[in-house]
Amino acid sequence: MNIPSELKYTPSHEWIRVEADGSITIGITQHAQELLGDMVYVEAPAVGRSLNAGEECAVVESVKAAADVYAPVSGTVTAINSALDSSPEAINSAPYDAWIFKMQPADANAVNALLDAAAYQAVVDSEAH
Amino acid sequence: MLIFERSHPSRRNAAQAPHAMADVKSIPAALLRQDAPLLPEASEMDVVRHYTNLSQKNFSIDTHFYPLGSCTMKYNPRACNTLAMLPNFLARHPLAPAHTGQGVLACLYDLQEILKEVTGMAGVSLMPMAGAQGEFAGIAMIQAYHASRGDTARTEIIVPDAAHGTNPATAVMCGYKVREIPTNADGDVDLDALRAAVGPQTAGLMLTNPSTLGVFETHIEDIKHIIHNAGGLLYYDGANLNAILGKVKPGDMGFDVIHSNLHKTFATPHGGGGPGAGAVGVAARLLPFLPLPVVAKSPSSVALPSPTGRGVGGEGAGTESTAEYRYLTEADLPLSIGHLSAFTGNIGVLLRAYIYAKMLGADGMHRVAEFATLNANYLMAELQKVGYRIAFPQRRASHEFIVSCKPLKDATGISAMDVAKRLLDKGYHPPTTYFPMLVPECLLIEPTETESKETLDAFVAAMKEIWDEAHATPDLVKGAPYTMPVRRLDDVKAARELDLTWKVAQA
Repeated sequence: MNIPSELKYTPSHEWIRVEADGSITIGITQHAQELLGDMVYVEAPAVGRSLNAGEECAVVESVKAAADVYAPVSGTVTAINSALDSSPEAINSAPYDAWIFKMQPADANAVNALLDAAAYQAVVDSEAH
Repeated sequence: MLIFERSHPSRRNAAQAPHAMADVKSIPAALLRQDAPLLPEASEMDVVRHYTNLSQKNFSIDTHFYPLGSCTMKYNPRACNTLAMLPNFLARHPLAPAHTGQGVLACLYDLQEILKEVTGMAGVSLMPMAGAQGEFAGIAMIQAYHASRGDTARTEIIVPDAAHGTNPATAVMCGYKVREIPTNADGDVDLDALRAAVGPQTAGLMLTNPSTLGVFETHIEDIKHIIHNAGGLLYYDGANLNAILGKVKPGDMGFDVIHSNLHKTFATPHGGGGPGAGAVGVAARLLPFLPLPVVAKSPSSVALPSPTGRGVGGEGAGTESTAEYRYLTEADLPLSIGHLSAFTGNIGVLLRAYIYAKMLGADGMHRVAEFATLNANYLMAELQKVGYRIAFPQRRASHEFIVSCKPLKDATGISAMDVAKRLLDKGYHPPTTYFPMLVPECLLIEPTETESKETLDAFVAAMKEIWDEAHATPDLVKGAPYTMPVRRLDDVKAARELDLTWKVAQA
């Protein structure tokens, strides 16, 4: 299972990268894309939208299911990856490059409370059947 | 091949209906079409061959075992078709006055009563024309109930993550926010999460029991108290009613409103997208909100022939009764959520379900639940012996169970989808794949009570063959199916590039 150690994670399978300017980049994990299967559509939040932590803000749709993507922390959407409109399959081939949206967190420290790679690995293991 | 592609200019048949030139003088010329409509032109024999060949490509319950989980693909008894297509049913005009259609109304009334008895609810409306419409009606009634009490702060419907996708969709269609709650390791609702989720904003909970994980919710009583104490109502998704038919009543579990997929539990034909019937039942406090029309029986001085008649039922056959049946209207139920269809729901489906219920009787319904459960548990035990991983081996299955192909995939690269496709070559309709999403690489298998042990054993043998092929010759399984009219379809391309319209080929 590919869980890069430099990223942060949520139990709902988002990955979060903290950028140098304090903004964060959000996508879904290798594990999530594997569960969902081939992506067919990604709906990103509107730029400028203000989100509460845990709020549904994007949708990833695969041949099997549609799944919500949740805001990992509170903040404002600053950018979306429009390349996913025409090539949603990038989430399958390179989940940690195919980011969905970027946010400016309301509280820079909130990111510290997210899961690290080891804690996320434990979440994945606990789901195994 | 579409019928349009068999078209040959000016090839046609003599019309079997009398010719009558329509009078279009009153329609403005600008609104009249100038060209003839583009219709296929084919001989009668072409048409018969085309559709007969198409039908023979179909995998159906009449030709194959069809263990499609949560869909309850059981045999559709021919007697139900035959009786529901009696000329007096077929020829009845929906606008004919009630006093000329007492037989039909009596059947509908009887079906309402049977469903009330089976589900333990105080009232039933047969009008929803599909399970999803039944859900919509149910949540609309919950909304109407809260609104009638001035309780307008309830904005959330709670839905467990194991639910059918229609549940959250229904809640959103009714204007609610959906609060999802997790499932614990045993497949039951996580009670702590439920307690944390309820509050003055809770309008209700939508629950399927037995759940889509194929297990009976063991904490249903606690769930009832948590929701009711918060002022919410309990909605029962009847998709899996077959498992408990005649054994446990949703009304006794504390549910306030239910829908029952008659096309599943009551064995009417389905699988091609309909027609369905999603009758709704309610507890007493929701009676005023039932969708119309509901059939009522009231005493009358007019003697009428027995509604049940000979052959279908039993009690009172051939005797006279003095009952009169009529449709309740807005005048009777002013708080009703209204009509869901132009006339009387999918009445042909309702008649079939009624006849099925009368043929089974109360004893038969008990046997449905017993054999549906026995068949599922037998199949689960046998597939476990083959080597397949059962998702919840610690639990007794209800009418369906989940196999996870994750260990098989890790060991051989063969996925649940590969197993499903290979089953087609072995002569079996695949089970439901990749639902529920909670279990990776899952097959949701529901044999139903209508299959014999020999059929189940043959299915296990086919699954054993696939298991062996997966280990010995995995590429064989990955290339399946080989014997179908089409090979492996590109479902990704189909989803990304939806193309639903036939277009005229350029000359």
